Amino acid sequence: MFEAILLTVITASTPLVIAALGELVTERAGVLNLGVEGMMIMGAVCAFAATQMTGSPYIGILAGILGGGAFSLLFGFLTLTLVANQVATGLALTILGLGLSGQLGEAFVGQPGIKLQPIVFPLLSDIPFFGRVLFRQDLTFYLSMALVVGINWFLFKSRAGLKMRAIGDNHASAHALGINVIRTRYLAVMFGGACAGLAGAQLSLVYTPQWVENMSAGRGWIALALVVFASWRPWRVLAGGYLFGAVTIGQLHAQAFGIGIPSQFLSALPYAATIVVLIIISHNRRTTLINTPASLGKPFVPDR
Amino acid sequence: MTLSEGPAAVPLLSVRGLTKLFGSFAACNAIDLDIAAGEIHALLGENGAGKSTLVKMLFGVLQPSAGQILWEGAPVTISSPGEARRLGVGMVFQHFSLFEALTVAENIALSLDPKISLSKISDEAAALSKAYGLPLDPKAHVADLSVGERQRIEIVRALLQNPKLIILDEPTSVLTPQEADRLFETLFKLKAEGRSVLYISHRLEEVRRICDRATVLRHGKVTGACDPKRETPASLARMMVGSDVAQVHRDSASALGDIRIEVTDLSVPARTPFAVSLKKISLKVRAGEVLAIAGVAGNGQGELFDTLSGEYPVTDDGAIRIRGKAVGRTGINGRRLLGAGFVPEERHGHAAVSALPLSDNLLLARSQSDKKAFLSGGFASIIRQDAIRSATRRICEAMDVRKSGEDPQAGSLSGGNLQKFIVGRELDRQPAVLVVNQPTWGVDAGAASRIRQALIDLAKAGSAVVVISQDLDEIFEVATNIAVISEGKLSDPHPAGSLTLERIGLMMGGIHESHLIPEAAHAH
Repeated sequence: MFEAILLTVITASTPLVIAALGELVTERAGVLNLGVEGMMIMGAVCAFAATQMTGSPYIGILAGILGGGAFSLLFGFLTLTLVANQVATGLALTILGLGLSGQLGEAFVGQPGIKLQPIVFPLLSDIPFFGRVLFRQDLTFYLSMALVVGINWFLFKSRAGLKMRAIGDNHASAHALGINVIRTRYLAVMFGGACAGLAGAQLSLVYTPQWVENMSAGRGWIALALVVFASWRPWRVLAGGYLFGAVTIGQLHAQAFGIGIPSQFLSALPYAATIVVLIIISHNRRTTLINTPASLGKPFVPDR
Repeated sequence: MTLSEGPAAVPLLSVRGLTKLFGSFAACNAIDLDIAAGEIHALLGENGAGKSTLVKMLFGVLQPSAGQILWEGAPVTISSPGEARRLGVGMVFQHFSLFEALTVAENIALSLDPKISLSKISDEAAALSKAYGLPLDPKAHVADLSVGERQRIEIVRALLQNPKLIILDEPTSVLTPQEADRLFETLFKLKAEGRSVLYISHRLEEVRRICDRATVLRHGKVTGACDPKRETPASLARMMVGSDVAQVHRDSASALGDIRIEVTDLSVPARTPFAVSLKKISLKVRAGEVLAIAGVAGNGQGELFDTLSGEYPVTDDGAIRIRGKAVGRTGINGRRLLGAGFVPEERHGHAAVSALPLSDNLLLARSQSDKKAFLSGGFASIIRQDAIRSATRRICEAMDVRKSGEDPQAGSLSGGNLQKFIVGRELDRQPAVLVVNQPTWGVDAGAASRIRQALIDLAKAGSAVVVISQDLDEIFEVATNIAVISEGKLSDPHPAGSLTLERIGLMMGGIHESHLIPEAAHAH
């Protein structure tokens, strides 16, 4: 029973972790992309369509990544090249993504999907409990774990990550040091888009292998909240993602057991948790300031 | 003036006819400049003379519209700061280009070869900072460091690249005299190693003391090249300003009146992690007195101003008294109604809304304290445009504010003119108490002397004036009494005549009486 619940928690948490990690990188570079929900649903529809057409969910995963990444490029062009307002553009991206995915996916509604099968590690998967939980998962789970480790290393150990954090802290100074602010931000935005796309692909190929309009169901917004919740730290995104995933699953089980709490209230729990955590972490202003990208959301125009 | 050493001595850097246009405005106009190897070359000029624009072109941040830059005799195009660094140009900016959220070592690493590991950079930076007498902890977060320490990072960062030319933009404006002396020793060390220094300043005494040659800019043009040691401060000032700067004039001691503003044992905890807490501050200022508060930036000046003005009221109502009334918990308008006036440090966004015209800025500041003059209709508070416009005109005339048009946006005025307007806006009320924070920061010499004279005249007319300033020349010009703020503690005031620069410098470094007393108490 516990193992079964844990497995569903992992499936529910993985898309949150992946999308939030992508947005974390975008925001560390100083760009606020509120279009995670839109990029995610685009990833979901691209992944599902490609899988139906080729029969291979792995091609579907790739299509999801490319779809989310390409869609984020639109955001990048508008906010970085044309210096449009990031908040408004991000919101527009979400609305556009929800509408466009509905249009693209119309033909696929009701079709049975192909589920991405788990990759079983021999030997390791035979370890009681942990083996079944950790080593009989699908590709997206392994990718989410690799992303946590990789992004943490990139941001805090590599020189390129240092440059990215510098841009997020003060883009004018970074520009004065000769760092290419716009190019780095394009890459960060596209990485965020690709991650959101991958998270969307997980939804339509693993979580519920079918295409339903608006199937991202607000997970993009939770991912955005997670980034702040985690104070822009990858490991905390992982912890927060699983906390939110657990709350979501716990809420379903609570309903099944007929616990008399309105389901709307339970659905609101992740957001309420974010607010509580924000209040708690904002007490330690020093660590918040050191982690928060100071140029987040601010437009950058090089003075030439 | 050209180099006299003959053809063998090719200047390290030559600039020929360098011009930078912003629209039709020439920030730099056909500038010629030669910097020889191993010399400290001063670039003098008022704010807006084009010094920063010139330097930005030399460092590749801006691209010249016309003209040529020669490096060791060969023409070069400096298309980016990276390019400048490769040539051997290092730069220490006036407004530090540091990343507050990163550590000292990370900040330095950003401008170095990415192949060098962070730990190696830490070691080298520590060694270098020791060698040049600039102590630094590579692991500290920049956000936690003082302004002087931040400048050291910039200097060490520039030195790590082994530059042939180091450009320093107004380096001493944030330092104590002792810290400045230490910096000069570093500069002499660099010069002895055969490196050149381009030293930007408007402090004439300093330039005469350390620089071998000087180039003077005015309105984007070179107006003089000279040996500063052979010039007098007055002759240098003439080249900078184009005419003689009015001397600030002060009558010798007049009788002081009643206490106008009094602070007793005021302690305020720091509001943010990067702010300074105020510790047991006491001061008294009488009518007719100018109390100048000296100190290095970031020692609690802003916090002290905020509590005096009422922008952040304090819990102890009796800790601050204006004209005898306890006002600790009273907000800014309540204090203004008692006859106090306040001029904060930041012109844009704090003292003035840059995007609004001067008349609106006047109304915003005085809508409560001069309700009767500017608003009519009682409860309806209808704005009396005519009264505001005439008051704006009156202030601009009184303070000689030069502007384009009748009522331009605050942001379109130069720093000096806007500052004159902001100070004039308060003076126009004839306040019984005036508290000013950094009244002439980044203001040209003409406007600065106008503002200082106005402050002295206000005190002479019977008001109490508190001037918080980092500029020691200014402090000695205006002050009746001088106190020093250091790490949130305020020293006892001393009559201006009894203090020397050295003494103030020591007090600014935190060595003053209130430090010694508790130690003496421990001895028992």
